[in-house]
Amino acid sequence: MTDAAPVEVRGLTKRYGRITAVDDVDLTVAAGDVFGYLGPNGAGKTTSLRMMLGLIRPSAGAVRIFGRDPQVSVAALAGVAGFVEAPRFYPYLDGRTNLRLLAGLDGGDGAAHVEEVLEVVELTDRGRDKVGGYSHGMKQRLGIAAALLRRPRLLVLDEPATGLDPGGMRDMRQLIHRLAGDGITVLLSSHLLAEVEELCNRVAIVRRGRIVYEGALDDLRRAAGSTYRLRTTDDARARQVCVAQRGIEDVEDAAGGGLAFRPADERAIAELSLALIESGALLLELAPRLATLEDLFFQLTEGDDALAADAARIDRAAQIVEETA
Amino acid sequence: MSAPGTLRAYRWELRKLRSQKRTYLGLGAAVLVPVIFAVAVALQPGGPEDVAFGRYVHDTGLAIPLVLLLFGSYWLFPLITALVAGDIVASEDHNGTLKTILTRSVERWHVFAAKTLAALSYAMLAIALTGGVAIVAGVLVSGFNPITSLSGTEVSASRGLVLVGASLLVYLLPIAAVASIALLFSTVFRNSAAAIVGTLMFSLLLQLLTIIPGLGGAQPYLLSTQFNAWQGLLRTPADWEPIVRAAWVCALYAVPSLVGGFLVFLRRDVAGG
Repeated sequence: MTDAAPVEVRGLTKRYGRITAVDDVDLTVAAGDVFGYLGPNGAGKTTSLRMMLGLIRPSAGAVRIFGRDPQVSVAALAGVAGFVEAPRFYPYLDGRTNLRLLAGLDGGDGAAHVEEVLEVVELTDRGRDKVGGYSHGMKQRLGIAAALLRRPRLLVLDEPATGLDPGGMRDMRQLIHRLAGDGITVLLSSHLLAEVEELCNRVAIVRRGRIVYEGALDDLRRAAGSTYRLRTTDDARARQVCVAQRGIEDVEDAAGGGLAFRPADERAIAELSLALIESGALLLELAPRLATLEDLFFQLTEGDDALAADAARIDRAAQIVEETA
Repeated sequence: MSAPGTLRAYRWELRKLRSQKRTYLGLGAAVLVPVIFAVAVALQPGGPEDVAFGRYVHDTGLAIPLVLLLFGSYWLFPLITALVAGDIVASEDHNGTLKTILTRSVERWHVFAAKTLAALSYAMLAIALTGGVAIVAGVLVSGFNPITSLSGTEVSASRGLVLVGASLLVYLLPIAAVASIALLFSTVFRNSAAAIVGTLMFSLLLQLLTIIPGLGGAQPYLLSTQFNAWQGLLRTPADWEPIVRAAWVCALYAVPSLVGGFLVFLRRDVAGG
């Protein structure tokens, strides 16, 4: 056993010709984390995970899994399990045999736990059926079962809820939640903000192969600051009061009606409520609104040249469509 | 203590082959071809006069496996061999399962070694089946009689049987070379059909080379020539020269192919799937 971090990545880079898919990525996943690796499709998440599992050779940089280099030997992956992209199995073998095969390759006592893990993912009844006939959701669950066979200390999951129906997504999240509760460290990539927000305590946000933020989700929220939302019987008057009030900043119209602002402290809120009532604008709602990951995500990626270019292209396309219509 | 990685992986490679249709396609052909040939011999008065042992197919059943070895060398046995060896790596690409097995506790070289052994095991089984079935069917059709050697001497039936068995073993040399080439193509092309067709094209192209004036001297070093090396055993006294040459010529084809395939497999990025 070792005290080394489950995942330690430094300067990780992967170039395909002139394209840099992963650009100088640093990240550390500590024991017990449920770490969200968040980014839009094509941001290089899967390529990074493949390098962490030793499937792809990095162009530069280093990966250490529990202190060992997976490029040197699969021994580095002892205690690690998971999948990149969709889990894949031999379609001409049944689910149970696929698991026995993987347990056989592991060489440990995994074969004795095949029934157990099939039960965890609720596939016991379908274990005798060929995987070729499985639905996407069933394969996804079989992927989790195959990972659990290794009794992992670190679970690496790439977009685990992709392609699942809402019920399947909920089950998958519950399962990950439970596994994390059992003390398994989880590294989870996702482009679904809600998923990361629900499951993860730490996140790295990646854009175009580069990490734009790494840290605790709570810190990220705090750094972004919280705003308040205000609705009254007379929003025009309320706006005047807010702008004049000491300690109330950044007053603007809130999405979905009412006003949004940023208070200097809680005392400013108390004083504002009194001032509003005195002015005759009666309170309907005055509530703190924590920044969602979505807000933060777009904040972090705002001003991105590529995004602006994309937007310009979309506008132009829309124009052409309008002109031809 | 668990079995070493290569053995574990080999065991499961065999298990995978047992569950794939193409395995039975190849083995089925290996069984059916000698049966059909023996039936044809039984129904016709003549025989294939233009090949060695062709004129003896009615005199002794032992001639039948030998004629089959000659006929099968052009494409039948290379095809049966390549059917599995050309698929064994490419099918993992096709199914996207390389990432699945390479993130378990076996090293890449274990997996490649296991695949090589499995492809060779299958090819040996196919040749053994063809030989065994041809001997039984031949004996049923034409009897267990002495056979005339290529030197014109008569060889007793029991000694003839031993020589047929030894011929099958020598035949495995070029078969192993074909399997190695198919493995290389399977690893590099990542596509079964391309690997199988590529293997057959490769051996056909080599044969074509010899029609270029001045290159006729390359004939003894072609892979296809090695398929006839066993005939040295059926001379009196036995001529070991073609067999020894087959051993090193086949190694010259097989070893670089395996080393090449091995290095590509070891270093390649496992993306996709």
